[in-house]
Amino acid sequence: MQSTAHDFKGNVGAALADPNLQDSLAKLKTGFSERRRQAAERLPEFEALRDRARDIKNHALANLDFYLEEFERKVTALGGQVHWAPTAEDARRIIADLCRGVGARTIAKSKSMVAEEIGLNEHLEALGIAPIETDLGEYIIQLRREPPSHIIAPAVHLTKDQVADTFLEHHSRLGFTRRLTERNDLVAEARQVLRQKFLDADVGLTGANFLVAETGSSMLVTNEGNADLSNTLPRMHIVLASIEKVIPTLEDAAVLLRVLARSATGQESSAYTTLNTGPRRPGDLDGPERYHVVLLDNGRSSVLGTEMQDMLRCIRCGACMNHCPVYGAIGGHAYGWVYPGPIGAVLTPQLIGVEEAGDLPNASTFCGRCESVCPVRIPLPRLMRHWREREFERHLTPRAVRQGLALWAYLARRPRLYRAVTGIANRALALLGRSDGRFGTLPLAGGWTRYRDFPAPQPGGTFHAQWKRGRWNRGRWNRGQGSRKR
Amino acid sequence: MSGGPDEDRARILNGIRRSLQRGALAGDPRKAAEARLAEPPRGPAVARANLPPAERVELFCRWAELNNATVARVSAAEVPREVSAYLARNNLSAQAAMAPSPLLADFDWASQKMLSLRRGRAEASDQASVTGAFAGIAETGTLVMASGPDHPVTLNLLPDTHIVVLRENDIVGGYEDVWRRLRERYGKDCMPRTVNIITGPSRTGDIEQTIELGAHGPRRMHILVVRE
Repeated sequence: MQSTAHDFKGNVGAALADPNLQDSLAKLKTGFSERRRQAAERLPEFEALRDRARDIKNHALANLDFYLEEFERKVTALGGQVHWAPTAEDARRIIADLCRGVGARTIAKSKSMVAEEIGLNEHLEALGIAPIETDLGEYIIQLRREPPSHIIAPAVHLTKDQVADTFLEHHSRLGFTRRLTERNDLVAEARQVLRQKFLDADVGLTGANFLVAETGSSMLVTNEGNADLSNTLPRMHIVLASIEKVIPTLEDAAVLLRVLARSATGQESSAYTTLNTGPRRPGDLDGPERYHVVLLDNGRSSVLGTEMQDMLRCIRCGACMNHCPVYGAIGGHAYGWVYPGPIGAVLTPQLIGVEEAGDLPNASTFCGRCESVCPVRIPLPRLMRHWREREFERHLTPRAVRQGLALWAYLARRPRLYRAVTGIANRALALLGRSDGRFGTLPLAGGWTRYRDFPAPQPGGTFHAQWKRGRWNRGRWNRGQGSRKR
Repeated sequence: MSGGPDEDRARILNGIRRSLQRGALAGDPRKAAEARLAEPPRGPAVARANLPPAERVELFCRWAELNNATVARVSAAEVPREVSAYLARNNLSAQAAMAPSPLLADFDWASQKMLSLRRGRAEASDQASVTGAFAGIAETGTLVMASGPDHPVTLNLLPDTHIVVLRENDIVGGYEDVWRRLRERYGKDCMPRTVNIITGPSRTGDIEQTIELGAHGPRRMHILVVRE
């Protein structure tokens, strides 16, 4: 997928001005995030499970080579085959070769963010192989030739009416000529169209939520059942997964499953959790004859052992974006590449470079909600801060910002000068803003005042001045601190 | 450019080891990892996955219904009649594809003169299926289906209506109890080809985050919990 992350500011402008997107995003506040809160409350052990989930992933990462080899050994023993892809290009080549090897014309594809990451669909299409997305959201955006805007709800940016228009445009030639208005009718029509595609597909391609080293199983979590049809009906099943998906045992999977669905959609359990281990066995009446797992590195191994390793714990639940005020305002497409939201702001500079995606980690208020809901406790604000530092070090920050920061740093290191300058500025602003109490425009602060007024300072001087006079007595200060959750 | 499968494999594994600043896992860390695979440690105990048997069955039924399945608690003798009655109640024709499982063979299907059952995998034209279940999980009202000659996977997925016969004794507390049973039945080194862990009918929230049932798998799931 071609990145537009370098034009983040332009993307944001377009997103804020898109009324359909803003309607869709408004539903996030009452949808996923509220349901997550209720699900977490229903399970008293939820916080302990999050701690354990973090520890499991840390353990798996510290022993990643061992568990990957164990996983491979088990897959091979049961008749499957593991392929190792150091780069996105390698993974595309391996999958294309597997498909051509069975003369595949169509592929039933179950939603995979790793497939988006390596640009698999475009590659297969260029070779004359048609990938058909079967997850409903993913199918909708494939028809619209759009990238996903959310890692678990790829069409969350669209309204029902937009989906209805898309279906009418693409399904009318299949005989579905009525424009639908109800959600359940839209779901039923997609089911009907896609059912035949499942039956006709030569290859089923899925991702994996987890790879279990103990048993050599790929584990998939879905709600629709499309992944299961994809890995049951065609004669070949290809699993595409990145290396950090491997976990040691089924017991570890149980812990991760308990936090995954609750964090993602607020469900107690997703409708389908499926373990696939090797190809069809003797005597089986269905199932694929060939089973392949493609393990993708694409730069992940180089993150191990660094201060950024924590990002590899991610289990792709989407909770960080569901709770992010920035994602909630601009949606997923503005981030410009595959992974949006806080985790996208951390992963994208790693995967495609800080030169391309350096703006993404700046799109954070550091409110910390992402970290507070992450089921594997990834310190997302710290990781974003890391990228900001890398961006600054490499002189990628705009000159005006660098000069502003340099000026502030100069003053901040000289307390008397700082107090003198802020005192003058404070008095001047208080005087000028005396009549309205706020500013509609202000020199050097256009970025702020374009969208909201800047409050004029209240009488009493700067915070420093007030502190010195003892106006902030101890009790009041403590109360102020106490209202913050620690 | 890649140098071939073996080089690609070595490149990834060596990259991991270089980043972790060690060679192949050895010594005590390796023993610890091997021990973890041999005797998997359990995560934090979840109270509702550890109830006594009677409460476990109640909890299973409650969560299954909250997840949009329907539940009927029946005796073994009542199973064939309940299957017929369920199809009739939902205005479905009295025919189904049934798993060729010995567990289902013992019921007196001949008592239902109008009911037509075909044993085998599901075809695209099948409207309903009848299967057993390897286990039920009380914690979330979830069913576990282990694939094999006696339980084709298509029966769990293709028909619009899935009727499941589950014995009370097969309802366990949590996921960990299922893993233990799988290891006992199939051996530690040989999982069934597919284990479908299914909670209620198929669903999607992909249009406006609103749940709709029957996305790609069954639209309805009816569970017959059989008293022992």
